[in-house]
Amino acid sequence: MSVQVAPPLEERQKPPRRRKRSAALYEVVLPLIATAGLFLLWEAACRAFAIPGYLLPAPTDIWKDTMAIGPTVAGHTAATFKTVMLGFGVSILISLPLAVLLTASPAIAAAVYPFLVWTQSIPKVALAPILVVLLGTNELPRIVITVLVAFFPLVISIATGLLSVPPELIELSRACRASKLSELLRIRLPYAIPFIFAGLKVAISLAVVGAVVAEFVNADAGLGFLIQTSTAFFKVPVAFGALIILSVMGVVLFQIVVVAERVFFPWSSSNTTPGA
Amino acid sequence: MISINRVTRIFNSRDGDQVTALQDVSLEIGRNEFITLVGPSGCGKSTLLRIVAGLILPTAGRASIGGEEITEPRAETGIVFQAPTLLPWASVLDNVLFPLRMMHRIDSTSTDKAMALLKLVGLTGFESKSPRELSGGMQQRVAICRALVHDPDILLMDEPFGALDALTREEMTMELLRIWSERPKTVLFVTHSITEAVVLADRVVVMSPRPGRIAEIIDIGLPRPRSFETEATPEFHEASQRIRQLIFGTRHVGSGRAAA
Repeated sequence: MSVQVAPPLEERQKPPRRRKRSAALYEVVLPLIATAGLFLLWEAACRAFAIPGYLLPAPTDIWKDTMAIGPTVAGHTAATFKTVMLGFGVSILISLPLAVLLTASPAIAAAVYPFLVWTQSIPKVALAPILVVLLGTNELPRIVITVLVAFFPLVISIATGLLSVPPELIELSRACRASKLSELLRIRLPYAIPFIFAGLKVAISLAVVGAVVAEFVNADAGLGFLIQTSTAFFKVPVAFGALIILSVMGVVLFQIVVVAERVFFPWSSSNTTPGA
Repeated sequence: MISINRVTRIFNSRDGDQVTALQDVSLEIGRNEFITLVGPSGCGKSTLLRIVAGLILPTAGRASIGGEEITEPRAETGIVFQAPTLLPWASVLDNVLFPLRMMHRIDSTSTDKAMALLKLVGLTGFESKSPRELSGGMQQRVAICRALVHDPDILLMDEPFGALDALTREEMTMELLRIWSERPKTVLFVTHSITEAVVLADRVVVMSPRPGRIAEIIDIGLPRPRSFETEATPEFHEASQRIRQLIFGTRHVGSGRAAA
């Protein structure tokens, strides 16, 4: 039986470069390997059990059929991307002032809060056709749906962030006889940054969901529209292709938010990811 | 310089009850005097400090500085809290400059002032560090610099060393005495520590709770500069014992009577 000996100190304290490399390994290489493995398993299963393509198409078939109409798919992707980004952008533009208002006075909070909760309790899929009647068959109802799906968690996290400031700092600000505006700009908003980014991460993921929901109801373009039309004609591999593009879009946009936080706000405490 | 005249402060608690945090408190503080407020929790020490800061107003009575009634925070007062509460996104230097920025009083000499203060507390070379790279004691030193940067004539300290470990706390106490001797200010210092209260103060204000009142004001005649050795003198023990009696004494008398 061997005795476990703690490694010598020099070995335990890895030099920074090695640590950076192992971080890259964990964050990029391992997920890629896992994803590739999953696709291989999927491909193998489809071939081994001869699963019909209209039930579960093999990854190679998805690739082949989607690429066959590549330019069309690219156009649909661009349409969805546009809806997602517009919806996400409008969500931010609405959420920030709304959160500031909610935290500014208890009276405003009491008056506005029920409406906020109410917008969240309405099923968006049910609301979508009504909005189309109201707003017409154009981009507008799609953006409205996307915003309705995405903005709520953003408002809540920004408001939570604005209220997370230690009371002593607010006292310090008052002792400096600072205005409410500079208290907001110099203390509350910077303090809320980690919360804002936590909200942005949720909102960007929900914006993709919202855009697709809107496209199901009212669209002549977009990946949601593509999924509907291709399943209607049993072009299941194309529908799967659109689904994969959607998920990749969601992951990439999410990662952009993560990287933006790390680059612009390196001190932000939400940068400590679990496991890191 | 600071005059507190029969000040009473009543808070309305959330369930509608009224809590008397301070009752009929009177205190005169001279220029550059070092006053410590000591007493059990709930005796209104922090309330009194915040009234002098102008952060809360008395329900009755009058608090004034230099003859002028305190109705709002005043620019010439510096505050240090129990937690350093530095801005995590700003460097040490920017944290020290923060009050000047909030007061729109930043000018070409501000950075030099901040650097001189950081030198005073032994933090030269840490200007560009982020607060999270600093130990608790160092962070509280930065907070002291932040309270001094606009050169206030009154320094209010609300248990500034309460969150520090015992060793750092003793070190910071001596450090504060040194800073005070180099830059004399009127200091109002709230603490739970009797030792700290005696070693720092010209006068110790002992408070008693429910409602918050001044039990006694004790003159500390110990010679300055004081050091760790001061704590070994009989005068120090006498003062500490008297404070202990004031804080715990009534309780002992009460239990003695119950036994009899």
